[in-house]
Amino acid sequence: MTEPQPEREPDPAPVRSEWPLYEVFLRGKRGLNHVHVGSLHAADPQMALHHARDLYTRRNEGVSIWVVAASDITASSPDEKDPFFAPSGDKVYRHPTFYQIPDDVPHM
Amino acid sequence: MTAATQADLQAHFDQTIARDRRIEPRDWVPDRYRATMIRQIAQHAHSEIIGMQPEGNWITRAPSLRRKAILLAKVQDEAGHGMYLYSAAETLGADRGDLTDKLIDGRQKYSSIFNYPTLTYADVGVIGWLVDGAAICNQVPLCRSSYGPYARAMVRICKEESFHQRQGYELLMTMMRGTQAQRDMVQDATNRFWWPSLMMFGPPDDASPNTEQSMRWGIKRHTNDELRQRFVDMTVPQADKLGVTLPDPDLSWNEAREHYDFGAVDWAEFKAVVAGNGPCNTERVARRKAAHDDGAWVREAARAHAAKARAS
Repeated sequence: MTEPQPEREPDPAPVRSEWPLYEVFLRGKRGLNHVHVGSLHAADPQMALHHARDLYTRRNEGVSIWVVAASDITASSPDEKDPFFAPSGDKVYRHPTFYQIPDDVPHM
Repeated sequence: MTAATQADLQAHFDQTIARDRRIEPRDWVPDRYRATMIRQIAQHAHSEIIGMQPEGNWITRAPSLRRKAILLAKVQDEAGHGMYLYSAAETLGADRGDLTDKLIDGRQKYSSIFNYPTLTYADVGVIGWLVDGAAICNQVPLCRSSYGPYARAMVRICKEESFHQRQGYELLMTMMRGTQAQRDMVQDATNRFWWPSLMMFGPPDDASPNTEQSMRWGIKRHTNDELRQRFVDMTVPQADKLGVTLPDPDLSWNEAREHYDFGAVDWAEFKAVVAGNGPCNTERVARRKAAHDDGAWVREAARAHAAKARAS
């Protein structure tokens, strides 16, 4: 899944966008998750939904849309070296390839 | 921030670039990378938005309902491309309203190609064929830009540009099967747009001081001259097939280079148009400003409606 881009770097210029920012997620077709596709500005969630339809589904790219106010998203740090993800780094035994099974054992 | 931390961040950034991984929003980046990226994305976004005008002028005068529906869809796509790109610029901390202001008061540029007028309906076809063709040449490598949100916007845009180019070429093929007057219109439009299309790739490499840094950062993948050559090589056979002559007496196949040689671009004209002295610079910006000003009451009304809905 594409990573959401909710938090912004502090802007040196004063922020003066007239409508708040919404992040847009699309379900491409039934059976797939919603995926982040970008953002847009709208006065309210309903308008955000309409704008998302016009902006991100002009060619049947979606069967379902979520819009989320960017300010409502809580995100982890994007830095891959962040210790936040460290706990899963040393647990190789969680992966099937950790286990040696002879090749002639069937259906494994 | 301590010097050591700063060095760590720089090292991590350098390593990400060296491994050809993508930079994502909120990653630490050098100030110059951020500024360059915002400028590049904003200029691209502005080009899409201003790019609606030359062709938009013809929507009410399209020769058939079919052509009108196609042109409407195309111009709507250009607006969409502008929005994807403003969205990408905002992930770097740019503010959309601020970018609009910078376009309107001339502090940020857009592609000089849109400062040329569209005199006949053949121009709609030639813009699709040559201008969007050149844009595709420029943009396909940007799908691998080191800045993730920009690269993803470019993937989406490139898919849609393909429709733009093909509808233009099909329009021209139709006109070439028509009357002599229609064929003359296609040739005339080609004559006017050929050289400005070559200018879309930017100044020659020896006059493009930022190219080297941009290539090191992975925000530019080929030099201006490489892309220009690629475009010429792609376009010559298309012109032959169409039956138009590209207005360059020096255009010829070079067996040794396995590329087409072509004549010198008039860089003085390019500089003049970029500096604001093209045929339509003033008109384009004035119209963008008028649209923005005329929309002020709509933005305000929507805000008031949203506030009222929240309160109730």
